[in-house]
Amino acid sequence: MSSLLKITDLHVSVADTPILKGVNMEIRQGEIHALMGPNGSGKSTLAYALAGHPNYAITGGSIEIDGGNITEMEADERARLGMFLAFQYPVVIPGVKVADFIRHAVSNIRNPDRKEGEGLIGMREFRKEIKARMEELGMDVEFARRYLNDGFSGGEKKRMEILQMAMLQPKFAVLDETDSGLDSDAVRVVSEGLAKLSGPEMGVLIITHHERLLEFNPPQYTHVILGGRIVEIGDAALAHDLHANGYATVRERHPEAAADNAKAEEAAAV
Amino acid sequence: MSTDAPEKEEIGIGDYQFGFHDSTDNYEFKSRKGLDREIVGQISEMKNEPAWMRDFRLKSLEIFESRPMPNWGGDMSELDFNDIYYYMKATKGQERSWDDVPDDIRKTYDRLGIPEAEKKFLSGVKAQYDSEVVYGSLKEDLSKDGVLFTDTDSALREHPEIFREYFGTIIPPEDNKFAALNSAVWSGGSFIYVPPGVHIEFPLQAYFRINSQNMGQFERTLIIVDEGASAHYVEGCTAPTYSSDSLHSAVVEIVVKQGGRFRYTTIQNWSNNVYNLVTKRAMAYRDALMEWVDGNLGSRLTMKYPAIYLMEPGARGETLSIAFAGDHQHQDAGAKMVHCAPHTSSRIISKSISKDGGRSSYRGLVKVEDGAHHCKSNVVCDALILDPDSKSDTYPYIEVEEQEVAIEHEASVSKIAEEQLFYLMSRGLSEAEASAMIVTGFIEPLVKELPMEYAVEMNRLIELQMEGSVG
Repeated sequence: MSSLLKITDLHVSVADTPILKGVNMEIRQGEIHALMGPNGSGKSTLAYALAGHPNYAITGGSIEIDGGNITEMEADERARLGMFLAFQYPVVIPGVKVADFIRHAVSNIRNPDRKEGEGLIGMREFRKEIKARMEELGMDVEFARRYLNDGFSGGEKKRMEILQMAMLQPKFAVLDETDSGLDSDAVRVVSEGLAKLSGPEMGVLIITHHERLLEFNPPQYTHVILGGRIVEIGDAALAHDLHANGYATVRERHPEAAADNAKAEEAAAV
Repeated sequence: MSTDAPEKEEIGIGDYQFGFHDSTDNYEFKSRKGLDREIVGQISEMKNEPAWMRDFRLKSLEIFESRPMPNWGGDMSELDFNDIYYYMKATKGQERSWDDVPDDIRKTYDRLGIPEAEKKFLSGVKAQYDSEVVYGSLKEDLSKDGVLFTDTDSALREHPEIFREYFGTIIPPEDNKFAALNSAVWSGGSFIYVPPGVHIEFPLQAYFRINSQNMGQFERTLIIVDEGASAHYVEGCTAPTYSSDSLHSAVVEIVVKQGGRFRYTTIQNWSNNVYNLVTKRAMAYRDALMEWVDGNLGSRLTMKYPAIYLMEPGARGETLSIAFAGDHQHQDAGAKMVHCAPHTSSRIISKSISKDGGRSSYRGLVKVEDGAHHCKSNVVCDALILDPDSKSDTYPYIEVEEQEVAIEHEASVSKIAEEQLFYLMSRGLSEAEASAMIVTGFIEPLVKELPMEYAVEMNRLIELQMEGSVG
């Protein structure tokens, strides 16, 4: 049986401002979903809320994996259950080597009951594995010795996210504008990388403004978010249409959500 | 074990890491508490010192008594100079090999990991047991090269000419109240002389500890690196926890002659009742390189500003300093660079961590004297504050009497960023693991300069500390 990520009537506030107002979504392992929406619609908020960011307060609804409620769980517990977020803005951690960090993360994810201070996965096996993954992603193996995202270019950071995804093999991966700010070569590398990794074992939610990532990874479902609600669901053709024609017609069809979205955009601009 | 066996509860950097201490009944001699001419005279007599040293001590005592307590830095109001033993002699004479060291002392060092350390990569070990060095070994090839590595008391007896030529010239007793105190009551410490052109490839190491209640420790170190020579000296300190206050006031004098290179690495982890008031100074001559690597954990108050005087053109100085202030601890640490000659350069990198209400201060001086043109100095100090109760402050002093100089100063204060924590936790790391990783990364630039064993211990201490604090 494939696993199911189920989001039910999810309400999320940031600093007491409601952003998500009842989001519903079901993602199965092996499926690719696209999430599209204009600025201020709540795309990144959904991504952070799924990963368990403490500043994104879930005020209603639930998130479940295979019927288990993870709504109250900390980020690390969710990760150990197979949740993964590829960050739009990966965080710099000075002085922490990429290899040390990933080895630690892999040890926890593969052995979810591991306690602090218990042994990490074997160095030899780990090295072999990370080297192979890096080669697949066209990364210089030297990166393993660099400090995490420190001095990385935009493309290098995004590739580092994909490498982590490859090593952690999550059940559900959310990619928050992983293709933004990259030149076309980097977008291609990331797109191909994702295409290689996704398969029957991974459910993917792609948040994107661009066509390229979806070309390599055609979604079975496209969700359109506006004013904190999913207002339309379609297939890959819907994504294509939105890329080509923008959100004007979506706004016309959903005037109430469009008004909410306009307010959120205004607030963000202040 | 004696009466006040420490409790074995949570272990942290602020607490003593090795919850034991030896019986203190084995002292061959113990001065009475307090400090006066009689006690100073007694110390000198016990050590069979020449008259000039006895006079030096007595003169230093006068200077100590005439100086007021510093009105800056940390709170020393509870430090009572009359409630301290200034000299204790642990066992009879010097021990030559590990097998000869008495059992209870050996046990102590076993727990501190000394013999293993030696087996692994150390050449000469000088471990100080209270006031006296009791164990020392020195590889034969070092002595063949003419290297002298001994405790400072022996150096006074065995190498009187070179000793007298340098002793007290880099840090005279007049320098400050605590240098005067050390000059009056000093005991133990290391003496190193590296002859011209000799390169010592492995670190020379000493391990100090305070092991008696109210025991003041006043070691005195003198190191001379002759022309074109190079060496690395490593010193580590741990101390058992005691209930009443304890004082550590060392003086370290170093000369690096033309073209010489020297690095002095210290990791101190005093129990949190110790006042750690240390004067360290090096003089670097033409084209010489002097480096201080200075890690301060523990203690109640540490005041320590390793100094480098750049005496001739081409001299370079570098200080890497790290301070970790925990509960009821104040680390007032930094560095001093004095450019006395043109075309000299210096660099200061300071990292501090404050936690559980601890306070860390960076206090640094960069001074460029008149005529010292074309000097370069770069100062970077970063502070990491782990919780809202903790504190960090910066006192950078820059005194420049010359136009053509390049001085840069950067300072940053950061809190463990929520975004960093979330990023690591979203990859399955617990909050404690994530915090420890961020802190370890913060001090990594210093830790990677340490010999491996110290680096491992340092990272382990940080992990233990972070585990106890989160959740």
